[in-house]
Amino acid sequence: MPHGAAARLASTLSEPTAPAQAPSQPATAGQSALKFDAALSLLRQSGHEPPAGELGSSAWLQGLIDGLCELSSRDALTGLANRRHFEMVLGREIDRVARAGEPALLLLLDIDHFKRVNDSHGHAAGDLVLKALADALLECVRPMDTVARVGGEEFAIVLPNCPPAFGPTVAARIRTRIERQPVTVGLSQQISVTVSLGGAFAPQWVRSSVRLWLERADLQLYNAKAAGRNRAVFEPAAVSLVTAEEKGLLFSPSQLDQLNAAAAAAARDAGA
Amino acid sequence: MNEATVPSGKRARITAVTSGKGGVGKTFVSANLAAALARRGERVLVLDADLGLANLDVVLNLSPKITLHDVFTGKHRLEEAIVPVEGGFSVLLAGSGMVEYSRLTPEVRDQLLETIAAVSPQFDRVILDTGAGISDVVLYTLSLAHDVLVVTTPEPTAMTDAYATIKVLAATQGRRELLLAVNQTLKPGEGRTIRGQLQLVIDRFVSPGLDTPVTLDFIGELPVDPAVREAVQKRQLLLELYPGSPAAVAVLALAARLAP
Repeated sequence: MPHGAAARLASTLSEPTAPAQAPSQPATAGQSALKFDAALSLLRQSGHEPPAGELGSSAWLQGLIDGLCELSSRDALTGLANRRHFEMVLGREIDRVARAGEPALLLLLDIDHFKRVNDSHGHAAGDLVLKALADALLECVRPMDTVARVGGEEFAIVLPNCPPAFGPTVAARIRTRIERQPVTVGLSQQISVTVSLGGAFAPQWVRSSVRLWLERADLQLYNAKAAGRNRAVFEPAAVSLVTAEEKGLLFSPSQLDQLNAAAAAAARDAGA
Repeated sequence: MNEATVPSGKRARITAVTSGKGGVGKTFVSANLAAALARRGERVLVLDADLGLANLDVVLNLSPKITLHDVFTGKHRLEEAIVPVEGGFSVLLAGSGMVEYSRLTPEVRDQLLETIAAVSPQFDRVILDTGAGISDVVLYTLSLAHDVLVVTTPEPTAMTDAYATIKVLAATQGRRELLLAVNQTLKPGEGRTIRGQLQLVIDRFVSPGLDTPVTLDFIGELPVDPAVREAVQKRQLLLELYPGSPAAVAVLALAARLAP
C-alpha cells in the first residue's frame, strides 16, 4: 500500500468519526438529525481529503458538499467526468453556442474490440487499458475540454470554441496516440488497442439539445465502426445558409462604392 | 388609442425583433423602442421570447417575482406576470428555468401562442424580443409576428447572419417585407448603405423564383454612442438616462417610422 493511502487510512481510523456513535457531533441543534458517516466514508474511500474546518461548521459542511459534488461528477475507475457531468457540460455548451455562435465539437470514442481484451486478458487488464486510455485522452486535449467516460468502453470529449479544421486534427492525434502506445499489463505483457471516433459540431447560433447532438456524433461513431474501425469520421459540414457567392456580393467593394455614393447623394438631397 | 384599461376589441400589432447573430443589441433596441413607442401613446408590452437565455431582466435591472415560467407551469396567472416598468411600458419576462422551453415542443408552441393571444387585446403593440440564431423556437416566434424587425450592425458577421435570417424567413414563412435597423453605425448613412448591400444580394439570390420579391424596409440607424454603453452598464433605459443622446434621438426616430 502506498504511504499516502496508508497514512490516510490511519488518520481516518484515529478520527472521532471512526466509532459508530461519536461521529459528527452536531455543531448546532438544527443539524442534530444529520448523519455524515456515509458521506465521509464515501469521500475517504475515494481518496478525497476529509473536509477542512471545525466539524459541523458551515465551512466544513461546504467542504463536504463540494467533495460529494466532485465525487458524483467523476467516473470511479478513470477519474474522468462521468456521464452525468458530461451531459451537464454538453447542455451548457449548447447554450453558449446558441448565444455566442462559437463552434463546438463533440467527439465520441469507442475502443475497438474491447471485449477481446477482457476475454483474453481478464477484466483487471481491461481496467488498466481504460485507465491508460483516459490518461492519454487528457494529454491529447486542451485544459478547457471535457473528457468523460460515458459507458463501459465509450468516451466522450466536449471541445468548446473548436474551429472546424481543428476537429479532424485532434481526432487524428488521439487515434494515433492510442494506436502507438501499448498498455503494459503485469510485468511485461503489452496490450495494444485502437479506437474509433465520431464527431459532430454543434450547429452555430442554433439551440440544439443534448440528445440530438449525442445522436449526431453517435451516428458518425457508428459510421467509423462500419468503415472498418481505427478511424475518425465527422459529420459532413452542413451546407452554409449563406454561400460564398452570396457573401462575395454582400461585401463586394465595387458595389459598396456605388452604394456609398448613392447614400452620400441621398444625404446631400436631404440636406438641400 | 388610449382607452387604457378597456380592451377595445382591437388586437396588438405584434413586432418581433431578431438578428441572426447574438450581441448586436437586440434586447437594447427592443426595450428602448418600447419606451419610445410608449411616449407616442402606445400601450406596449415587451415579451422576452429568448426562452433559454432570457436577458431582458438584465437590461432593465429587474428581478421579477413572477415570470412566464410560472405562467407556463401554472403557478401564476398571466396577468400577474405582466410587469409595468419605468419606461412607461410593460414587460413579460421569461425567467430562469425556461431552458426546458428552449426546444420547440408542441407544449411550448401552444403556450407561446396562448400567451400572445391572451395579451394581444390589452396592448397596442407587443414586441417579441427573440433569442439569437435561427433555431426552431426563434422561427416559430417570428411566425407569430405581423412585422419582423431585423437588427444588424455594420460587422460582416452580423450582416451575414442577418442575411441568413432574411433568407430563411423568405423561404420558410413566405415573408416578403422585413424591417431593418442598423445598430452601432460609425457614420451617418452607413445604415442605408448596409440596407442597400443586403437588398442587392436578396434581389440576386433570394427573390428570383419567388412570386413577390423580398424587400427590406430600412427604418433607421443607431449611431455608436458612449451614452449607450453607459446606459447598458447602469442597466437603465437609454431613453430615461440620456434622452438627448444621439442614439436616443435615433431610437425615437425609429419609433416614429414604426408608428407614424
